[in-house]
Amino acid sequence: MVNRHVVGAHYGLRDWIAQRATALFMAIYTVIFGICALTLPELSYDAWSGLFSNGLMKFATFLFFLSLFFHAWIGIRDIWMDYVKPAGLRLVLHLITIFLLVGYAGWAAQILWRL
Amino acid sequence: MSKRTVQFKIYRYDPDKDAQPYMQDISVELEASDKKLLDAIVRLKTKDDSLSFRRSCREGVCGSDAMNINGKNGLACLTDIDKLAQPITLRPLPGLPVIRDLIVDMTQFFKQYHSIKPYLVNNDPAPERERLQTPEDREELNGLYECILCACCSTSCPSFWWNPDKFVGPAGLLAAYRFLADTRDQATNERLDNLEDPYRLFRCHTIMNCVDVCPKSLNPTRAIGKIKDMMVRRAV
Repeated sequence: MVNRHVVGAHYGLRDWIAQRATALFMAIYTVIFGICALTLPELSYDAWSGLFSNGLMKFATFLFFLSLFFHAWIGIRDIWMDYVKPAGLRLVLHLITIFLLVGYAGWAAQILWRL
Repeated sequence: MSKRTVQFKIYRYDPDKDAQPYMQDISVELEASDKKLLDAIVRLKTKDDSLSFRRSCREGVCGSDAMNINGKNGLACLTDIDKLAQPITLRPLPGLPVIRDLIVDMTQFFKQYHSIKPYLVNNDPAPERERLQTPEDREELNGLYECILCACCSTSCPSFWWNPDKFVGPAGLLAAYRFLADTRDQATNERLDNLEDPYRLFRCHTIMNCVDVCPKSLNPTRAIGKIKDMMVRRAV
């Protein structure tokens, strides 16, 4: 058995920082969104779509979803890395996860710009 | 204190004789001088000399008698026998291959330890006497150099259980930071490069099992945090 030491994929730190940065952004967004939603004059579709007609809110919300999906990518990939040993199966799971999350991001954009 | 009897439930496995590991129920009568778990196990061995375990210094310095005691890793020589709930369940350190009974194969553990280059790298000509540090710089090494490599921490870490070949583990990372924090060491960048992949350092999910079990009360989680801190400082 080849027992070579595998060191070289230098994206550990980048992903670790990204996970924390996206978590911070999601936390801040959640507070702002909570305040905006609770201070709506009424809970109706018009008020709701009015909230998202604001370009800044749209932008922040889309950024929230991107943060969520990137955060989820790192977290789910961590689970595959921890528990799935066969490299082929893990690669397949990685790809499924990426395809799903990219699809969700597109779906989120479609929903946001339709509101 | 008068003589008392202690009940044990011990993991037994002799690959030459046993098809499967099994738990042995056994009790032993202790002498008044038997204070620590190791005293009791040594006494137990006089009753059943087939029981195998490692021990050497019997005072928490060599790290040989690390085992899983009532579900928690620790050193038998530092554990008070009277404070343990009975029957005292003894198992080998989790996650490492069992050689026999309470003896595990530590090859993987030491391989990870060696992978962080646990020695000072300094290419300057050696001074006549020693490489000096200020008292403040020396202070940085407290809580790092005391590790006795008993493997209690790494074998209580799920990340080490899942990826022992790729994740350095808390003991190795504590040692890595011991040299990163050393002002006399000149290989800081190489050491950080060596840990920057997604497995070697970043499999740590900060659950702090290592801190919970360390018989020397060291804090590998803090050391891991400081390595991450150094990486961030280097990167931004």
